[in-house]
Amino acid sequence: MRYLFPLVIFAGLATLFVFGLQNDPRYVPSPLINKAAPEFILPTLHKPDQNININDLKGKVSIINVWASWCAACRIEHPLLNNYTRKHQLNLYGLNYKDKRSDALQWLENLGNPYIESAYDEIGTVGIDYGVYGVPETFILDKKGTIRYKHIGPIDDKQFNRIIMPLITKLEQEQHP
Amino acid sequence: MIVELGNISLIAALAMAIMQCVFPILGAAKGNQTWMSLARPTARLQFLFVLIAFMILVYSFLVNDFSIAYVANNSNTLLPWFYRFSAVWGAHEGSLLLWVLILNIWTIAVTFFSRHLPEHFLSRVIGVMGLVSIGFLLFMLFTSNPFERLFPVPVDGADLNPLLQDIGLIIHPPILYMGYVGFSVAFSFAIAALLAGNLDITWARWSRPWTLLAWIFLTLGIALGSWWAYYELGWGGWWFWDPVENASFMPWLIGTALIHSLAATDKRGIFKNWTILLAICAFALSLLGTFLVRSGVLTSVHAFATDPTRGIFILALLVIFIGSSLVLYAMRAPSTKTTGSFEILSRETFLLFNSILLLVAMLTVLLGTIYPLIIEALNLGKLSVGAPYFNAVFIPVMTPLVIFLGFGVLSKWKQNNFIKFLRKMRALLISSVLIGVCIGAVFYAENQLKSIAGIVAALWISFTSLYSLFIKIKDKKDKIIAFKVIPYSFYGMLIAHIGFAVSITGITITSQHSVDIHQRMKVNDKIEFADYKFHLKDLEILSGPNYQATEAVVDVIKKDQLITTLRSQKRIYTVRNMPMTEAGIDAGFTRDIYISLGEPLDDGAWSIRLYHKPFVRWIWLGAILMAIGGLLAIIDRRYRLHKLVKKASSNNNEAVLTTK
Repeated sequence: MRYLFPLVIFAGLATLFVFGLQNDPRYVPSPLINKAAPEFILPTLHKPDQNININDLKGKVSIINVWASWCAACRIEHPLLNNYTRKHQLNLYGLNYKDKRSDALQWLENLGNPYIESAYDEIGTVGIDYGVYGVPETFILDKKGTIRYKHIGPIDDKQFNRIIMPLITKLEQEQHP
Repeated sequence: MIVELGNISLIAALAMAIMQCVFPILGAAKGNQTWMSLARPTARLQFLFVLIAFMILVYSFLVNDFSIAYVANNSNTLLPWFYRFSAVWGAHEGSLLLWVLILNIWTIAVTFFSRHLPEHFLSRVIGVMGLVSIGFLLFMLFTSNPFERLFPVPVDGADLNPLLQDIGLIIHPPILYMGYVGFSVAFSFAIAALLAGNLDITWARWSRPWTLLAWIFLTLGIALGSWWAYYELGWGGWWFWDPVENASFMPWLIGTALIHSLAATDKRGIFKNWTILLAICAFALSLLGTFLVRSGVLTSVHAFATDPTRGIFILALLVIFIGSSLVLYAMRAPSTKTTGSFEILSRETFLLFNSILLLVAMLTVLLGTIYPLIIEALNLGKLSVGAPYFNAVFIPVMTPLVIFLGFGVLSKWKQNNFIKFLRKMRALLISSVLIGVCIGAVFYAENQLKSIAGIVAALWISFTSLYSLFIKIKDKKDKIIAFKVIPYSFYGMLIAHIGFAVSITGITITSQHSVDIHQRMKVNDKIEFADYKFHLKDLEILSGPNYQATEAVVDVIKKDQLITTLRSQKRIYTVRNMPMTEAGIDAGFTRDIYISLGEPLDDGAWSIRLYHKPFVRWIWLGAILMAIGGLLAIIDRRYRLHKLVKKASSNNNEAVLTTK
């Protein structure tokens, strides 16, 4: 019987992987969609004595990108973000997640800073409110501050041009009461 | 036209692989000599066809044939020729072809260096390797054909990912793959032994040099990858616990357990089933690595191309290969007879402990790597796993491993006298702790405890290893002859273990005592940092073949002496509009000075980051020593096998082969 043990463990792992393949984490709908973005007040990354409030973002369509210097996939996404902010008028804010301030600043210095401002979520509480589980993640907020779209994992050109940019253009045209 | 030839070669290779699998295995089962004799020629022909396909892809890159989608996506006319060459394995399809080519290199090596193996055993080994090849050729032909056409043909290609445009990336993947795929040999030997139903120790003896060689390649491949990340990613990190790094590290951990367990099986006839399991596990982890990297199940810095359908295919291969191996194991393992026995205080015990610890270490890495999957599967919520987890769980597993390593090296096979053993250990243990504490107290004021722990561990390994050499020669009259009589494999073990100690030292001191500052600098600015004075002499605008760059020229001065002039570049690769930092590094035995150019600031100033990294080279130096140790062990075995075969044939005495 004990000789079957390795086989059983392996079968369990294989099942897990089959499951993992079917549930592409990038397409899981977020319960936060069409709900008001969870409120937060956090210090900014660059100036610890200044705060950034989610309510300041209202009135414009904005993008919140969750990132961290320890996150390898962010490294792939980052040059694209630089590129998009150069080409388009985007209100891109960063949520620096569970990071060391010095590491995060160094990262922006090395790779460029596409963000208007980054909020510094050192212990990750805001991240939990937003249901962050795979950095990088990207949220699109409409003018009322409602989350309209969530993307998990690095954005690529295809998704940006086909989904994100058209959505932003559409949301820009919505009337804010 | 030539592209079609590539396709045809792959199909021909597949046909050969099928013959190489079916006939020898059936032949061995039925005792059919003719069928078994097909093993070598079909394996060699398969190699030839795969080689042709590979050369055609190389050629297509060199002549910029953008009618091939793979070439168009990963190359560019502006790319220098050597990067066009390495771009062959710069993405999924090509690296898969390289995988199959390397599998074939191992197979054909087995066909040439296996004269001493019985025909039926060799047939099964080659057959199993053919089976693996079938799987991967099918995978390539159905989901990831490197020769797929692109229409309309683009004028120019999309360029190779700039991260990959580097000398380290020319050599890193092939060497790493040699290691990865090399475990297929150990796997095939293990399966051949299971198929034969004869789990005696001979299979372990035969597969030892092959497993060692694969392990050496894997060691060097991982070290190269770490070195590449260090200088190319531009922020001085050398290990990130990234899923892909973990994917190569897990087979290394099991491979390390395997080479030790094989030695025990070979010499003492113990752990037979355990060794078989480790061999299967090492190869399963190689396949798992391929799966994790290529399926997109986990996102990582290396996942340059991911696709779920590919994931399903590799997963199916994994299930077929490993599932059936484990079924075979469950059927055959119960009848294995253990021939050797040992007491609790013996080298066997410590070896067993350490191979279990290595397995546990692998499982913690595996858990951390697939944790996001598990959490999602169980609907438990959201958590991310990063370097903090791995550092927290890995060190507690490594600590007993280091202690047992010292015990194992100094204990005898079978049994030891407890009092004698303790006496031997006492002095060594005390001296490593004392010296370690002294070094830590004198040199390192910060993070003292961690530094001391690392240094003590390294000293403990070194002292016990050197003492084991001392024991071997202390009673000999002629010391020189005594040194010569000691087998190479003993020196191999010594050097590899000391290499491990060297790596531990490097990892500890670099992690605990690296310092860095970042500074706004203009031309002619000077700053002092870590006993050095840095003088930014110039900022030059350069243009490379496919990028624009700003280069900072920095003089490093110590006590008014110019130590070196470092150059660090900020490049923008024009085709993909991607920035890259080329670090300026002054490498030294006890420290690296590392400069990376940041972002341009206002009025001509730039931000510059300066690092002082003590003992960082030791990390890779240790890996090189481990590889040299492995090599010595192989040389020794080949020498011994050669002599044994000669003896056996002259005496015609089978018994010689089975005695030590």
